[in-house]
Amino acid sequence: MRWMWIDRIVQLVPRERLVAIKNISLAEEHLHDHFAATDDLPAMPIMPACFIIEGMAQTAGILVGHAEGFREKVILAKVSKAELTEDAVPGFTLRYTATMEHFDAMGASTRGVVELLDPGGTTSARQIGAIDLMFSHIDQNMAGTQFPEHNFVFSESFRTLLRMSGVTDQGV
Amino acid sequence: MTRDEIFSKIQAVLVDALAVDDDEVQMNAILTKDLGAESIDFLDIVFKLEQAFAIKIAQGELFPEGVSQDPEYVKDGLVTPKGLAAMKVRMPHANFTALEQDPQVRKVAEIFTVEVLVRFVEAKLAAK
Repeated sequence: MRWMWIDRIVQLVPRERLVAIKNISLAEEHLHDHFAATDDLPAMPIMPACFIIEGMAQTAGILVGHAEGFREKVILAKVSKAELTEDAVPGFTLRYTATMEHFDAMGASTRGVVELLDPGGTTSARQIGAIDLMFSHIDQNMAGTQFPEHNFVFSESFRTLLRMSGVTDQGV
Repeated sequence: MTRDEIFSKIQAVLVDALAVDDDEVQMNAILTKDLGAESIDFLDIVFKLEQAFAIKIAQGELFPEGVSQDPEYVKDGLVTPKGLAAMKVRMPHANFTALEQDPQVRKVAEIFTVEVLVRFVEAKLAAK
C-alpha cells in the first residue's frame, strides 16, 4: 500500500494555493477495522481523522515544496489546528484547499479547509473541517543537524501524482 | 506602541502558538520551561511576531543558531566564556543571568522569557 492520501491535484497557484481531492473507497483495507462490527453494532467504515490531517499535510506540503522546485526537504512539523465537524465515509470525496500563510528559508505555515463532496449528488458540498499546519525545511534547521543529500520527502509516488495531475513549474 | 500594548500582542501570539492560557504568559515566564515551547514553536513564534508587528526577523536574529555545534562556544556540555560573549553580542535582548551562573548548554533555551520577546520587539519597532 502506498502512503498517498490525495488522488489528484486540481489547482495549484504557485506559492499561494493548492487544491487536491481524495476519493474515499471501500477498497481501503483499514476502513474495515475503522470500525469493524461488534456484538451490538454493525460495521461503520469511517475515514480516520488522522488520515484527513495527513491528506491536508500532503496537499499543503506539495504547495510548500513546489515553491522551491522540490529542492527543500519539507516535513510536517506542527499541527497548529485541526478541527473536523463531520465524518467522511466511503463513496464521498474530500477536497483539501491549502493556502500559504507564511514562507521563508526556515519553513512555512499554511491554513487549510476540508470539504466533503458528494459524487452521488444527493447532498451538497460542505465544509467539514479546518486544518492549519507548520512545515520545516529540515536542511535549514536551527540545531545544524545534517540530513542525507537526496530528497527523501518527495518520493516516486509524489512525482507520479504531480505528473498525472499535470503540475508544472507554473502550477496547474 | 507602549510596552503594555506590545506585551498584550505578544501574549496573544504565545497563547496561539503554545496553546497556553493568558494568565500563564507572565513577563518572567520562560518559553521552554514554563510555557512548554519546543524548537518548532520558536519558528512559529517568529512567524507570528513578524505578522503581528509588521517587522522582518532574520534567521537567527531572535533565537540563536548553531550554538551547540561550534566547538569554541560549547565544551563538555558547558557554554564557554567565548560562547557566552558571542551570544550576548548576537542577542542583546536576552537575559543571561541564570545561564552565567549555570552555563550548561541544555539551559541555553532558558534565556528566553516573555520579557526578552518584549524587549526584542521594542528594539525592532524603535529601529523602524
